[in-house]
Amino acid sequence: MTIPPVTTSRKTVGASGLTGLTRSSFGDRAAAGVVRWGFVAVTILLVAFFAFTEPNFRTVDNLFGMLKFIAPTAIAGLGVMMAMTVGGIDLSVGASAGFAVSIAAWTMVIGNQVGGVAIIVVLVCGLLIGALNALLIVVARIPDLLATLTTMFVIVGLKLLIVDGKSISSKMSLADGSTAPGSFTADFLWLDRGSIGPVPVPVVLFLAITALLWFLLERTRWGRALYAVGANAEAARLAGVRVQLYRTFAYMACGLLASIAGLLLGARIGQGDVSAGNSLLLDAVAVSLVGVSVLGIGRPNAWGTALGAVLIAVMVTGFTMIGLPYYAQDFGKGIVLLVALLFSFTFSRRRTVVVAGSHTN
Amino acid sequence: MSLSNASPESPASPPSPAEGNDTTVVSLPGDSNNGFSDSAPSDTVVSLSGVSVSYGSNLVLRDVTLSFAAGRITALLGANGAGKSTLIKALSGANPRYSGTIEVGGAVVALSSPTVARGHGISAVHQKVADGIVPGLTVAENVLLDDLAGSRHPLRNRRRDLVDARAALAVLGLEWSDRVLRADAGDLRISDAQLLILARALRSRPRLLILDEPTSALTSAESDRLFEVLRALRADGLAIVYVSHRFGEIEALADSAVVLRDGVVQSHSERPFVWNGILHDMLGRATELTHQRAQSDRGATTVAEVSAVTLLAESAPVSLAIRGGEVLGILGLIGAGKTELAEILAGLAKPRAGAPAGALAGAPAGTLTLGGEPYAPRRPWDAIRAGVVLVPEDRQRQGILPGWSVMHNISLPFLRASSRLGTLRSSRESTRASEVVSALDVVTENLNTPIDDLSGGNQQKVVVGRWLSAEPRLAILDEPFRGVDIAARREIGARLTTLVRTGAAAVVLSSDVDEIVEVSDRIIVLVAGSIALDGYADELDRSTIVEAFLGETAGNASPRDGAPGETEPRDIPQHPPLVNGPRL
Repeated sequence: MTIPPVTTSRKTVGASGLTGLTRSSFGDRAAAGVVRWGFVAVTILLVAFFAFTEPNFRTVDNLFGMLKFIAPTAIAGLGVMMAMTVGGIDLSVGASAGFAVSIAAWTMVIGNQVGGVAIIVVLVCGLLIGALNALLIVVARIPDLLATLTTMFVIVGLKLLIVDGKSISSKMSLADGSTAPGSFTADFLWLDRGSIGPVPVPVVLFLAITALLWFLLERTRWGRALYAVGANAEAARLAGVRVQLYRTFAYMACGLLASIAGLLLGARIGQGDVSAGNSLLLDAVAVSLVGVSVLGIGRPNAWGTALGAVLIAVMVTGFTMIGLPYYAQDFGKGIVLLVALLFSFTFSRRRTVVVAGSHTN
Repeated sequence: MSLSNASPESPASPPSPAEGNDTTVVSLPGDSNNGFSDSAPSDTVVSLSGVSVSYGSNLVLRDVTLSFAAGRITALLGANGAGKSTLIKALSGANPRYSGTIEVGGAVVALSSPTVARGHGISAVHQKVADGIVPGLTVAENVLLDDLAGSRHPLRNRRRDLVDARAALAVLGLEWSDRVLRADAGDLRISDAQLLILARALRSRPRLLILDEPTSALTSAESDRLFEVLRALRADGLAIVYVSHRFGEIEALADSAVVLRDGVVQSHSERPFVWNGILHDMLGRATELTHQRAQSDRGATTVAEVSAVTLLAESAPVSLAIRGGEVLGILGLIGAGKTELAEILAGLAKPRAGAPAGALAGAPAGTLTLGGEPYAPRRPWDAIRAGVVLVPEDRQRQGILPGWSVMHNISLPFLRASSRLGTLRSSRESTRASEVVSALDVVTENLNTPIDDLSGGNQQKVVVGRWLSAEPRLAILDEPFRGVDIAARREIGARLTTLVRTGAAAVVLSSDVDEIVEVSDRIIVLVAGSIALDGYADELDRSTIVEAFLGETAGNASPRDGAPGETEPRDIPQHPPLVNGPRL
């Protein structure tokens, strides 16, 4: 392998030489390091701070508690990340998760089915919602922001129609005065309360999905193709990538992940709360945006998204423990997001950051 | 090189090796009546002394001292990455971080922004036409864009806008109808957009006009029109800096030529130009100016056959055989059907249904065969799998993945071959990438360098090399030399020859006669969707080619009627829009 050497001496650059390539000054490297590790450092500092000030913070229970608390957000955020890999975004994740909560409850309580059936129904619904988004974006060529915003309304409305606008709880009384035949089954509630070894099920799911998506995106050719679609769809198409297929896949994966997030929420709440999932969208988008900027990767990625979720969990838990009111949380999240975006767009040397909505059809 | 204003016989082009050696001096016949300034620079408008620019620790422009005089066209030459763009950016205020002094009319100025530069009378037309147009605004609003950005007229009046826009366009002798002026500028064809930008640049009545490769998107007839305009502007006393890779244009236009290499002014010569010397200054070594093939290879086997395919709505069906073992150059103006042919072969478009007259149900749509088998690719992937690859026309939009490394740009079409059970093997990717880099001498720091950091010519080498590494049966290169310097062009040409020697076929499509003559064994001239000429390069005269290429346009009173279906009042064209992508 003979790559012509390029040194700082202008002579060797030669006639067809390149410009602006040598950039190894200390300042540049330091800046790159800050962009790359800044977020990790902030997370560690925050953990250290809370661990010193609050003894309860530094327990294993609290660690798992935090991860469990954030798992639905993280998984929904991973869904948004999938849409972002192909250069899109999905605003319907919160609605999809809420839909999953109500549909799971409806299947078990009204339909009197076991938890396993409810889970399958919910996952199929998630895939269908993703397919609907893909249909609107890929086939009908509606810009992703608008298409998924529309889907969000449609899903929320559909959910309310199905459940008559009410939360569904076990053995609730129905409109005709009778009692609902079913209830939340133990196997469904296991999704939240169970654990595999010492690790709670939501945490296992969170970490397993993150690892799986990391492998898919970074190590397989399908992941590379997804990123290629996000980077330059036209060039990807000309390189033989089935662009529409990958975009469809990304939105369906997003729908599936959102419905998994919904399952975890439903199992945590223990009833089909109609308002569940309402706040999930903003958190999920925030987490995936943080994911773009951490580690200086500059594109949507799985571990970054997970780390973003963990950072928010640490912050929220820590704030609660040191006695800050719950409404301080949103301010904290806002600051985290702001810093993340500054890292992605302002301090990064990258010219192109692949983020949501950057292209439509 | 474009044809410029040369009649087919006149050597506006560089000399052929037969008559050229190191001391050959080329000049147009009738130099004197061509309007070139005959005296030394007298009326200096803008002068630079000791201007340097560095990006990071890298000095890309070093101690440049130059002056530009009124009524003169100064050509700026240099290979890709020589510092031309950097110099232009400093002059036009786009890069205020230069050192040294720039004087305008004898007074030292600080060109801190394009607006400030315009205020001092320096206007620039940058290379990318699309960047100069705001789609969504009307043509008139685009002409007056600088007003809209400024605060002089906070309230706009549509009627006044039309009047102002018409006045601005009249400077170029353009008479666009109100319908055109009210249309979305994004729908303008690229050559009209180029003229629009030029009109805008001239509105502020500049003293120095900078043009960066203004003809790269123009047909030669349109270029000729532009040249007439530039000559008129020169006669009016405008100083013009003209950047181009095309020697023919410079020979036709410029009064003096400045050669940059590695950020340093190598020479500043006056007409008549010594082209071999200029080339030597550009490349830093002796290179022959033209590169005509002593003899052409002749392909033996037919690799692909196009039968009765209609390229343009109004044109007759075309049939041709693409043979392995030869480089087929297809020469044609923009709109002659070149890109259509490339797209049909590469699976981007289906052959049109038969000729309009026979457009009944069941009319044959034209067929393709590949290696004797029927071939009907429905998408690029089908073509790639069948061994047909396309180097697309627009590198930035269709070729590269911005922000991705050289290696990942190269491996994108070969993800399947680079992986096992779906898992990517980076060793396979880097093997292929380093082969490409060394086969074409791509100048890059390493394989992980972002492709954006490479110069345009090297990016193009990456894209070409990527596709040739597929070991295709048929390689199609659509305008592969646009914005590519002569050294890179030679390397790509040599690589194509290597490819066809293995029995594969290569098709190069271009609107530049010299590019086609340089790389092709066999030459086809496409005019208005039909084959006007088909022959082997060593049996064809350059003038025969040029004659066929210009076709009807040569004798036509209106010089801009290269493409078919154009009607004289400049109407909103049915051409691909400027900014939107092609159909998916």
